[in-house]
Amino acid sequence: MQISARHADRTTIFDVSGDIDLANSPEVRKALLHEVREKRTPRVVMNLSKVRYIDSSGVASLVEGLKACRDLNLRFILFGLSPSAREVLQLSRLLKIFEVYDNEDQALAS
Amino acid sequence: MKTKPSRQPDGNGLPALRDGLLLKLQLHSDPKLLSVVRGALERLTEVLGFSASDCRSVTRAVDEALTNIMRHCYGGRLDQPIEVCCKRLPRRPSSHEGLEILLSDRGPAVDPAKLRGRRLDEIKPGGLGLHFIRQSMDTVEYQRGRGINRFRMVKYLPQSESPKC
Repeated sequence: MQISARHADRTTIFDVSGDIDLANSPEVRKALLHEVREKRTPRVVMNLSKVRYIDSSGVASLVEGLKACRDLNLRFILFGLSPSAREVLQLSRLLKIFEVYDNEDQALAS
Repeated sequence: MKTKPSRQPDGNGLPALRDGLLLKLQLHSDPKLLSVVRGALERLTEVLGFSASDCRSVTRAVDEALTNIMRHCYGGRLDQPIEVCCKRLPRRPSSHEGLEILLSDRGPAVDPAKLRGRRLDEIKPGGLGLHFIRQSMDTVEYQRGRGINRFRMVKYLPQSESPKC
């Protein structure tokens, strides 16, 4: 798994690639929470288009990011969900609580 | 990690033993090995003829169960033994053909009350793994014996899909 950040006007986009599982979800969580709690970027966007698999610990990291954003009145956005990622969010009934878009253009235009 | 394919190829050249054994993996409780097991399960379920969605479901269930063993049974220690045993279940009058996956570990006994998973009406991180497993598999059972935890999962093939090996 690899994660990197791009910064645009009042927005940070995290580009994630590979699988998010127990081996690396703490890294995702740490990057997300740092961006939210320390930098307080108004809009945090997760590019998951190159993420093939997310396990429950990865979902938990996304939920933590979402809750941290809500606590600070920031926006947390996901885009590019793979079938597997979409399935786990549906199974956990969390798909509706996230702001989800198909691609980056839609996410940034929102 | 050790891989133990069976030694008696069937008529298709695919491994199969009389007891239905398809694949046995012995691994340490290192999360870095989860992706290796997922790769094996993805291919195995494909070969058996499961739909793409069911391949993902079975792989997810095994991954989540292994994650639980690594986190809760072994407390994050990386060098503890885990065995993954996959068997083909023959068609019976009461059930279709299917895939049985048995995970074994030597961690402390699991409290069956903790295997129920949490309710989903609360938005909070954690506690989703068991829910994913129960949603994905047709049978989920836990047994403890001789110091070993055995977590058994079964996924049946739909009636219209005949197994390819």
